[in-house]
Amino acid sequence: MFYWSLAMEYIKNYAKTKLTYRADFWVELLSDLLFQGINLIFILIVFQHTPSLGGWSEAEVIFVYGYFMVPAGLFGAFFNIWNFSERYIVKGEMDRVLTRPAYNLYQVLLENLDPPSLFGSLVGLIIMVISWGDLGLAFNLMDVLMMAVFTVGSVLIYAGLFTSLTAISFYSDAPTGILPLMYNISNYGRYPVNIYNKIIRFLLTWLLPFAFVGVIPASYFLDKDHEGLSSLALLTPVVGAVVLAIGLTIWNHGVKRYRGAGS
Amino acid sequence: MTSAYLDLIRIRFLMMLAYRVNYYSGIVIYTINIGAYYFLWEAIYGEQKLLAGFTLAQMTTYVAVSWMARAFYFNNLDREIANEIRDGSVAIQFIRPYNYLFVKLMQGFGEGLFRLLLFMGPGLAIVCLIFPVKLPTDPGVWGIYVVMLLFSFLINTQINMLVGLFAFFVENNEGMLRMKRVVVDLFSGVIVPISFFPGWLAVTMKWLPFQAITYLPSSVFTGRTSGDEVWQVFGIQLIWFFVLIIPIAWVWRQARTRLFVQGG
Repeated sequence: MFYWSLAMEYIKNYAKTKLTYRADFWVELLSDLLFQGINLIFILIVFQHTPSLGGWSEAEVIFVYGYFMVPAGLFGAFFNIWNFSERYIVKGEMDRVLTRPAYNLYQVLLENLDPPSLFGSLVGLIIMVISWGDLGLAFNLMDVLMMAVFTVGSVLIYAGLFTSLTAISFYSDAPTGILPLMYNISNYGRYPVNIYNKIIRFLLTWLLPFAFVGVIPASYFLDKDHEGLSSLALLTPVVGAVVLAIGLTIWNHGVKRYRGAGS
Repeated sequence: MTSAYLDLIRIRFLMMLAYRVNYYSGIVIYTINIGAYYFLWEAIYGEQKLLAGFTLAQMTTYVAVSWMARAFYFNNLDREIANEIRDGSVAIQFIRPYNYLFVKLMQGFGEGLFRLLLFMGPGLAIVCLIFPVKLPTDPGVWGIYVVMLLFSFLINTQINMLVGLFAFFVENNEGMLRMKRVVVDLFSGVIVPISFFPGWLAVTMKWLPFQAITYLPSSVFTGRTSGDEVWQVFGIQLIWFFVLIIPIAWVWRQARTRLFVQGG
């Protein structure tokens, strides 16, 4: 309850700051969508020149992409701490956070909310619904439930991975550039994994499970089973829980090492 | 006066050198991006030999050289200019005995030089080892490519300046800066070569400066554009370079009369 009211207060605060620069807010929203949409445009352009991508049809690839946008948007809204090292470690703002009676990661996340990112999720859902029709898939209520479960699982995977990577700044204050690196690797997951070679495929499924944030859970809904991917889909929440647990462990261990900045 | 500008290049180059570790990971990131697109294009081609005038080998080279060219010409001058306008430090720049925009250009050039030597150069070498990239054998192609690359940098910098200067008019142009980045990446042809675009869009692109940043030079590099056509596309770059000076000069004149410093 306390954590809920805290979240509400932070959201109110966010709205107040954003309303100051209203016009810019909309441009930012649009540019966010465009940034997400650039890969979609890529898919659309490419399929004008080819009927299938590694055995996947255009509607299927777009469906996978739509799915990917849903967890990605949620993740972007609640996890926007790309400048954590600079702001909280180098400038020492973590001091302030640690003296307050709420879980530190929760506070840090709330201070950096980015709700416009949720529009991406909405667009993703719309894309899924449209390609659902295009693919002529049967619909039942169970799908909605599975969608929710998969989305939570995928968001947890993202959150866990990036929490552990952000926590690196507790151990080393030198900029490592590993976050943008991971972000780029995550792009691999939104396309059918069978187009990559075996090593990348294994990496994306089991080591950095970005395939569970896109193609694997999405293929559960498709009729055609591409190389057994849809049977893996049910593992999504499990993988999510495992990755998040690892992330939080690294984070909590890291916070103990935090020493504060000089000034 | 010239020596002052040359010093600006030197200082920015040394500044970048101090932070060179950031750029080692940059090389890995670009290689990953190139890898993703390499596998995608391989799957897209499948059995097909030729798409939109590109063979798969040409496409691999195109992707590699385009991303690595981006490693060179990319800079954050737009954000730098916008920040200096927003925090008011641009006021100090006005009273100094040099041209602010030239200073920014020189700083950008210093950064570009660094990126060319420590980012694009080694990056391209690594990418050539990993992926089947075919470099041109004709020294003439290399020569014209280097010149065109310089103009890629100039035109990209001009666009950055133009967008950055808009901070004079709209207080907070963060969203606009991000939008510009996406638009430039898409329309310059880094993501997809312009010849793949649907007809109407490809025609529109012919009338916009973005193609001069990546698409035209990379097409020359891959050998897709050759012979007299090379001079033609180089001409397009030259024209855009001169045309873009006009709006920048105009915005700059307008801007100086309406500078107000927020907060100070």
